[in-house]
Amino acid sequence: MDVGKVFTDGARGALSVQSAAFSLAAIGLNVQFGFAGILNFGQVGFLLVGAYGTAITADGGAPLWVGILVGIAAAIALGLLLGIPTLRLRADYLAIVTISSAEILRIGVSSRSLEDFTGGVFGIRGFANSFFDLNPIPVGRYGIGEVSFDHRALWVMTVAWTCVILASLLVRLIARSPYGRMMKAIREDEDAARSLGKNAFSIKLQALVLGGAIGAIGGIIIAIDAQFTNGDYWKSAFTFFAYTVLILGGVGSVLGPVLGSMVFWFIYQALDALLRQSITEGVFGDVFTPSDTGPLRIAFVGLALMALMIFRPQGMFGNRAEALVNE
Amino acid sequence: MSEPILVANDVRKSFGGLLAVNVDRFEVAKGAIVALIGPNGAGKTTFFNLLTGFERRDSGVWRFDGVDLEGKPPHAIARAGMVRTFQIPKALARMSVLDNMKLAAPHQRGERFLISLARRSWREQEAEVEDRAIELLEWVGLEVKRADYAGTLSGGQRKLLELGRALMADPRLVMLDEPTAGVNPTLTATLLERIKDLRGRGLTVVFVEHDMDVVASISDHVVCMAEGVVIAEGSHHEVTSNPAVIDAYLGREHGERATVRS
Repeated sequence: MDVGKVFTDGARGALSVQSAAFSLAAIGLNVQFGFAGILNFGQVGFLLVGAYGTAITADGGAPLWVGILVGIAAAIALGLLLGIPTLRLRADYLAIVTISSAEILRIGVSSRSLEDFTGGVFGIRGFANSFFDLNPIPVGRYGIGEVSFDHRALWVMTVAWTCVILASLLVRLIARSPYGRMMKAIREDEDAARSLGKNAFSIKLQALVLGGAIGAIGGIIIAIDAQFTNGDYWKSAFTFFAYTVLILGGVGSVLGPVLGSMVFWFIYQALDALLRQSITEGVFGDVFTPSDTGPLRIAFVGLALMALMIFRPQGMFGNRAEALVNE
Repeated sequence: MSEPILVANDVRKSFGGLLAVNVDRFEVAKGAIVALIGPNGAGKTTFFNLLTGFERRDSGVWRFDGVDLEGKPPHAIARAGMVRTFQIPKALARMSVLDNMKLAAPHQRGERFLISLARRSWREQEAEVEDRAIELLEWVGLEVKRADYAGTLSGGQRKLLELGRALMADPRLVMLDEPTAGVNPTLTATLLERIKDLRGRGLTVVFVEHDMDVVASISDHVVCMAEGVVIAEGSHHEVTSNPAVIDAYLGREHGERATVRS
């Protein structure tokens, strides 16, 4: 078995654009769930409107940067639209409304009636050339051994991870400010916060919008990297992977979602190489075939998450004392 | 009786067919410590919830220090200077005791999204808030616990924290819902001392209480509710010797029902 390949595949996964985009999605969830305690089960919907806002605008002939702003604005609008009617109600309502709206958006953009606008099932393609025209990195391959990337991939990765760093800095500033304190108070006990003069509804709405906008940047990055977006990519499983990343890293910690995403993608890609080789070499006998690799690794992720919850409920970088405090 | 700081008129609330609160008039004199007593189910807590915006009224108006507060949301009522605590204390468990206190300070610049990002613009105010929080923690005797998670405090300590936290919000009227319920006798004594101190700080206090010794020891004025209605008010002695109050607490078989005053 080629152990080296297991590690290099893992390392490439950890550094990938996908990993950066999941970091952003999880940072957004962290603002919403980790700080303000609101349950957004439709984070992928925010990424979708970010991606489509950008793609539709840029495809229509506007400059790409305008498209990016439209994508972020669309996520803000979605946050307000979902938050205003539901955030005054019990927490479950937001969860229900967000998960269903993410599904409505996914199915909506693929629908035939919107084909002129969203490209229907074919999606939108080739709208980000101007982004790649800006690439200052000379043509070539960069990296160490097998863990290397071409100039194109490196350019997207640089921009994507820069966004991750900026978003993390933003969250760090918030976390240490009275604004962050207010969000945590809402998470702990909304009524207590209200009894002390804090407008819980407004703070929750701000958290939803801010977390959604950060997630949308992740969506925009994925779309630009692929120069393509269609409905199939934005399934609800995306949201739950983002939650996995967040819980793995540590809910409520600033670096948790970022390192969580890198570890998640390392394990996910390394497992893929490991399982594929093991199955081919007959380690599992006839039980599995190479095509079982996909489902198997998801099962392993589930197992790992269960073990994490049992032995390390605060995640990798969360605060154990905090996780174990009695209500 | 000096001028009232809070006047409520015709406050009503029903749940289904039950008229839980039906208070024609409720007045609190500025600087007084007013006890709200009554048997279980008298509507005391519901009345508290209505006045502080946590429950929606069916009808009624109330004026606090010259401002009409009926129909306002809880945070607006708290900002107006009427701050409450809860029967079961609501400590913010996964925040430090000090953060619990600091949260409550009003008018914090750093509570705005964009301003929060510029530490320089709120650092000074934060230091002032922290000084005041520590001062109040010393006052309630929780200074040594400042770095602990509030979730590690005992029930009585949580009551003290809530009291300190309520003061941190800079109220003119504090509404305490059963401040000594479930608190051990030593801490109860501390709590009562602190509540008495509030008068010295120029505050007005309304509190719900079941323990008659507590009521006798700290209140200037007692209001008794039963079945949603104010049935008696006056000094502790006047109220506890009022036949309607005795009826409400002990049942009516003790004699003819006394005339209900409202």
